[in-house]
Amino acid sequence: MKLEKIIIIYFFLFSSLFANEKNIELTEIYKNLRCLICQGQSIADSNSDFASTIKLVVQDQIKEGKTKKEIYDFLISKYGEWIVYQPTFTKNNLLLWVLPYLILAFGGFVIYFLVKKNRHTKGN
Amino acid sequence: MKINISKIIIFSFVIFFLSIFWLGLKKDNNYDTKNFIGNKISNFQLSSIYNNDYISEEVLKKNKFTLINFFASWCAPCRTEHKYLINLSNKNKEFKILGISFKDKKKNSINFLNELGNPYNFVAEDADGKASISFGIYGIPESILINNELVIIKKIVGPIDQKYYEEILQLIQ
Repeated sequence: MKLEKIIIIYFFLFSSLFANEKNIELTEIYKNLRCLICQGQSIADSNSDFASTIKLVVQDQIKEGKTKKEIYDFLISKYGEWIVYQPTFTKNNLLLWVLPYLILAFGGFVIYFLVKKNRHTKGN
Repeated sequence: MKINISKIIIFSFVIFFLSIFWLGLKKDNNYDTKNFIGNKISNFQLSSIYNNDYISEEVLKKNKFTLINFFASWCAPCRTEHKYLINLSNKNKEFKILGISFKDKKKNSINFLNELGNPYNFVAEDADGKASISFGIYGIPESILINNELVIIKKIVGPIDQKYYEEILQLIQ
C-alpha cells in the first residue's frame, strides 16, 4: 500500500515536471518569434489572431517531435528571417555576432595597458 | 608631431558606430514578401467547403497559373477585392482561382459567395488557420499567384485593387 502511494506521488511529480519543461520550451520559442502584425511584440506577448495561429502550429510541430531549429527554419522559410528575434549566423550579420567579443577583447587590452602604464609611472 | 593613438582609436570607433547607425536607419525593416517570389509552395491538402472533396498541390500542377486567395465572410477588404476576382475568373482557360476560407464558418463563407458571386474554381476550408501558415499568410485578404511548377510568381498582401488586377492579367497572359 505504501509502495503504491509512493509510485503515485512520483508519477504526478515527474509528469508535472515534464509538462513544465514542455511549457518552458514552448514559451522560449514563442518569445523568439516576432508577431508580424503587432508593434514590437513577440508571439508570447500577443493575443492577436496571427499569434494564436502561430502558437497552434508550434504546438503541433513540438508534438510531431520537431526540434526548435526545425520549427524556426520552417517559419523562416515561410515569413523570412524577420520572424525570429535571434538572427541566424550568416556572412551578412557576421559583424553583429563577432563585434561584442571584439569590443570585449579590445576593452580588456585597454585596461591591461592602462594598468601596466600606471604601474610603470608609479614605479618611476 | 606626436600622434595620439588613443584619440585616433576613439575617433575611428565613433566613425564606425555612426556609420553602422546610419546604415541601420537607411535599411527598410518593414515586413516584405518580395523575397518569396521564386519559392515553391508547400504540399497541402484541404477539404472543400461544399462537400467531402479534397484539393492538394497535385491539382494545381495541372493549371498553368493558379491564384490562391485567402478570404473570409467577416473580412471587409475581401468584399472590396471580390469584384476583381470575379473579373479575373474565366479570363484565361489555363488560369484557375483557389479560394481558401480562412477562420470562417462554412455556412458564412457559402452565404458570402452566394451574395457576391463565386469566382473560385475550388473553395477550400482552413477553419483554424493552421494551413495559412504553410502559405506564409499573416492576415487576410492575401493572394499568391503560382505557376504549374508551384513556384510563387506574385504575392499580394491586402486586397487586390486595379493595379494588382492589371498586374495579374499581364502575368497570366
